[in-house]
Amino acid sequence: MNVSTVFAALPLAWRKLSPRAMVHSPVMFTVLVGAMVCTVVTVELILTGSSAVLFSVGVTVWLWLTVLFGNLSEAIAEGRGKAQAASLRASRTSVLARRLTNGQEEQVLGVELAIGDVVVCESGDVIPSDGDVIAGLASVDESAITGESAPVLRESGGDRSSVTGGTTVLSDRIEIRITAASGKTFLDRMIALVEGATRQKTPNEIALNVLLVSLTIVFVVAVLTLAPMAAFAHALPSPIILVALLVCLIPTTIGALVPAIGIAGMDRLVQHNVLATSGRAVETAGDVTTLLLDKTGTITFGNRRAVEFYPAPGVSFHELVEVARLASLADETPEGRSIVDLAQTHGVSGDSLDDLMHRDPALEVVPFSASTRMSGLNVAGTQPGTRRELRKGAASAVELYAAEHGAAVAEELTRQVELISSQGGTPLLVSEYDGAGGGGRRAQVLGVVALADVVKPGMRERFIELRAMGIKTVMITGDNRITAAAIAAEAGVDDFVAEATPEDKLAVIKAEQDAGRLVAMTGDGTNDAPALAAADVGVAMNSGTSAAKEAANMVDLDSDPTKLIDIVGIGKQLLITRGALTTFSVANDVAKYFAIVPALFMAAFPGLGLLNIMGLHSPGSAILSAVIFNALIIVLLVPLALRGVKYRAVSAARALTRNLLIYGLGGVIAPFIGIKIIDLMIQFIPGIG
Amino acid sequence: MQLNVFSLITQRAILMVVLAATHQPLGAYLANTFSSTRHLRVERLLYRAGGVDPDADQRWQVYLRSLLAFTAVSLVLVFGLQLAQGVLPFNEGHQGVDPWVAMNTAVSFVTNTNWQTYSPELTLGFGVQMAVLAVQNFLSAGVGIAVVVALIRGITRSERTTVGNFWVDLSRACYRVLLPLSVVAAVVLMISGVIQNWGGTIIHTIATGAAQTIPGGPVASQEAVKLLGTNGGGYFNANSAHPFENPNAFSSLFEVLLLLVIPFALPAMYGRMVGDKRQGYTIVSVMAAFWIGSTALMSWATAGSGAPLGEGFEQRLGVAPSTIFATATTLTSTGAVNVAHDSLPPLAGGMLMLNMMLGEVAPGGVGSGLYGMLVLALVAVFIAGLMVGRTPEFLGKKIAARQMKLVAIYILITPILALTGTAVTVAIPGLAASAPASGPHGFSEILYAFTSAANNNGSAFGGITTSGPGLATLLAVVMLLGRIVPIAVILALAGSLGTQRKVPTTAGTVPTSGPLFAVLLGGVSLILTALTYFPALALGPAAEGLLR
Repeated sequence: MNVSTVFAALPLAWRKLSPRAMVHSPVMFTVLVGAMVCTVVTVELILTGSSAVLFSVGVTVWLWLTVLFGNLSEAIAEGRGKAQAASLRASRTSVLARRLTNGQEEQVLGVELAIGDVVVCESGDVIPSDGDVIAGLASVDESAITGESAPVLRESGGDRSSVTGGTTVLSDRIEIRITAASGKTFLDRMIALVEGATRQKTPNEIALNVLLVSLTIVFVVAVLTLAPMAAFAHALPSPIILVALLVCLIPTTIGALVPAIGIAGMDRLVQHNVLATSGRAVETAGDVTTLLLDKTGTITFGNRRAVEFYPAPGVSFHELVEVARLASLADETPEGRSIVDLAQTHGVSGDSLDDLMHRDPALEVVPFSASTRMSGLNVAGTQPGTRRELRKGAASAVELYAAEHGAAVAEELTRQVELISSQGGTPLLVSEYDGAGGGGRRAQVLGVVALADVVKPGMRERFIELRAMGIKTVMITGDNRITAAAIAAEAGVDDFVAEATPEDKLAVIKAEQDAGRLVAMTGDGTNDAPALAAADVGVAMNSGTSAAKEAANMVDLDSDPTKLIDIVGIGKQLLITRGALTTFSVANDVAKYFAIVPALFMAAFPGLGLLNIMGLHSPGSAILSAVIFNALIIVLLVPLALRGVKYRAVSAARALTRNLLIYGLGGVIAPFIGIKIIDLMIQFIPGIG
Repeated sequence: MQLNVFSLITQRAILMVVLAATHQPLGAYLANTFSSTRHLRVERLLYRAGGVDPDADQRWQVYLRSLLAFTAVSLVLVFGLQLAQGVLPFNEGHQGVDPWVAMNTAVSFVTNTNWQTYSPELTLGFGVQMAVLAVQNFLSAGVGIAVVVALIRGITRSERTTVGNFWVDLSRACYRVLLPLSVVAAVVLMISGVIQNWGGTIIHTIATGAAQTIPGGPVASQEAVKLLGTNGGGYFNANSAHPFENPNAFSSLFEVLLLLVIPFALPAMYGRMVGDKRQGYTIVSVMAAFWIGSTALMSWATAGSGAPLGEGFEQRLGVAPSTIFATATTLTSTGAVNVAHDSLPPLAGGMLMLNMMLGEVAPGGVGSGLYGMLVLALVAVFIAGLMVGRTPEFLGKKIAARQMKLVAIYILITPILALTGTAVTVAIPGLAASAPASGPHGFSEILYAFTSAANNNGSAFGGITTSGPGLATLLAVVMLLGRIVPIAVILALAGSLGTQRKVPTTAGTVPTSGPLFAVLLGGVSLILTALTYFPALALGPAAEGLLR
């Protein structure tokens, strides 16, 4: 936030002064009414030439500023979204679409497209509306939506078929079936969202509003009834002072900042390149107690490492491990090294590659190539003059290689290979051919090495944090139980579902929800759609199908499933900011009482001066100081409202202690200091001090 | 007279030890009583006579309707029997009560307020005292307990629409809790010297030839439930300052114990009923902290004022028992008095008002104290929940807009009634003249009366005359709304919580037990309730006390 954004927001803040706009915020509306009353009284005082004019003018001006500052915070928050919306709108400029009707191509305006129309896009064309690719393959520049300049691949069928209106085809030609009506496209929704046009009060905001309204009512009653009571004591203060008391007591700080906090929360999500369909979804994210995380891509990189050896019938486990190790010695890829590591855990270690080379000068390293899809070593054979070829590689490649050397893959191994693949792992076959250049033995396929994923660094720590926050993590994977359990243990998730089908995901969600938990998940495929819809927070990957995006209540434009954890944090931060500022606002009342109440009645009951513990200069300066503090604190807290209160992943009890100390205790102390400082400054103004 | 600090500390220590010893066993007994499925024979007879199926649980609306019907019938009966006193037996020569006074008294006793706009020994015979008012002392206390039990059921039940059976809860509260305790208490009171006879008033000519009027009556039996049920309506006008109601320092301390014992045991019942004793300990510790703190401030305000103490105090009892009694009676919505609150130093009188303005939650009236504290706990958990980034939940129940609306009504109603009542009274010269004292003190009398009525306390700053139609009606309205609206809100809350599914507790849930939550709850109570009255207090006791 800088000076220019503040100035840019001023006109909007001014427009929001209309009572019709203000009535949505009962707290600030009360201030508006109070300011109006004071204006009338002040004008009257001026006309009658009263002596207390300067004080009345001061209070009245600062009451109007209080209202304006409240609107300003909202306007600044909205302004940030408006800039974003403007750049989005630029990519929605009237696009011409090439509609295909019975094989005939015709030029129509993008806005005339209906759901089900088929359009053609070639390189350089802007995709006119959201849709699914039904034919062809193209690279698409989606930077208009995601801000990511690297083009993405879109093709018919599968999980990468959806395209978004407003993005640009860079190469090739695709046919698209339109899936969104004009004005309801992804881009339209996004614009509406960042502009705040569709913002509705979220359930929690409504509940908070109830609290704020009731506090306002109780203080309105307290001040209204004070008038006859004070009159009874022959100490009736001027209406201006009563209004000042009222405005200082009602929770104006939080009342003014609530809209800005909500808008800023959505904005933070947008800055994380996540698009939510409603503010409610953001709030729910903060409440989530169970995270359903896909293993691949979320918890693991998809980088594979060896997890198990499966020897062929008649081959000893030890022999397989030894050959697999040798065949991988020269392989510097993570996969290759992981095989050597796994062999070591099985107690098989031995010569390093250097030792071998030293002993066997004829040793050849066979590097991996795309055409052979194998790697390995050629070493001295058991018979003098023979060569021994040790290979490991993709199952089909090794099978081919073995066949060339007159060997078949045992049926058991084939089944094992299929099993590993079906569980999402990568099977590598290990073979040995001893006898190149001589009679010797034939080639033999010794067994399978199963590769599985590696857990991303830092995931373990994040899961520990999540557990501290009371969030349960469930890993979903197609792997078998053993592999899944290994990864789950390594990553530190609370639970896992192995060999999971999309239906299983749905079942897990239902089970968790039946136990009263709120579930969040990510997904991208069409078969994820039911689960995404059932989850309390469903985050679809932007790369996913339009069915998935339709079912989800958030879309991650970066297609990064790990972001689910950030989304939970953003949701929590939104609530925490609201709670912290509410506490601060209410706690402020203590000091304001001590400023205003003695000032109210000191003339009638000088003894009440004892309550003037801040030693404020005069009743006039005390009241004005409290009013000024009340107005300025709104402006001072706008950056905090927009940025959000610092959020840490700790348990509820620790977070509460910390925030109570900062915003509760701080809220009691800060106004004592603030009001005193303001009083020290304004006491020199003649007519007030 | 001086405040004997040693005596004060000793008496308070005795109370603390006895209450600490009783609150768990009595709480356990209460929890069993209201969880049991067994009915006593006398209860079965009663249910059969009333056509009630005791095993049929009621939805909150039905529970409330039963309660309102019961209240309406009670009001009519108490009102009618007072009017008809002249033809009723045991009237000791008293005629029918003035309709305005009877109306005010009916509302006052049915709402557990026991504001006494009449002078009992001049108005009522022991027939009406025993058969009408004492019965209400049991019933109105029983209603309070029933309501809090229904609320606790709403908290503990999951996806259930019912909150219990009003008739069963009321009967058990009276038969199994208040009646046996009252019998024991009455015996102890009699032993300590409280009178219990059927003798009526004796006029006796003493040696100097002057006539001495010695009132009699079944006082000990009335006294027991007056205190146990946090009712406070005395058999005599002087209430517990009268030697026949409260003869000595022991009886005075015992009476304080009686009025604290059930309110302090209810949190233990709550802890057991929700299956987590720590919840009860947290609530009881906040209540106790307020009680101890208030007693200390009260003794400072009494002794530290520098003003001579004497007027309004019972010489037999002294300052310390009066301070302890006055604090307990205003913190529990009892309203029995053993010292004239009006005569206390202004800031001490202000403390008593502040006690009531807390909303009678520390420990509050029987039942009403706990439900009031639980409402404040909902506010505390709402703010705390936000501060840790979770939609707030209380013992597994989400606190959303509907719950907050009900909580808001509960919190708003009492200050609105007290402040509006006071404002209306001071604005109408005819009514304001009922408090003839000049300056801030007159204002304090009015503020005290309406604070007492709105919070169903019933104690009074003397000096104000409330038997005229205007104030009698205004106060009756305030008492009735101050009782019925919160009860309706609590039952609606019970219903809305009970239908919710219980959410499991995780590390992300704000703990509603432990010191941290206790501090938050205390802070919320102070800011939400007492602060509202700050300007009014400034005009009354503060203005008077700081007048120099």
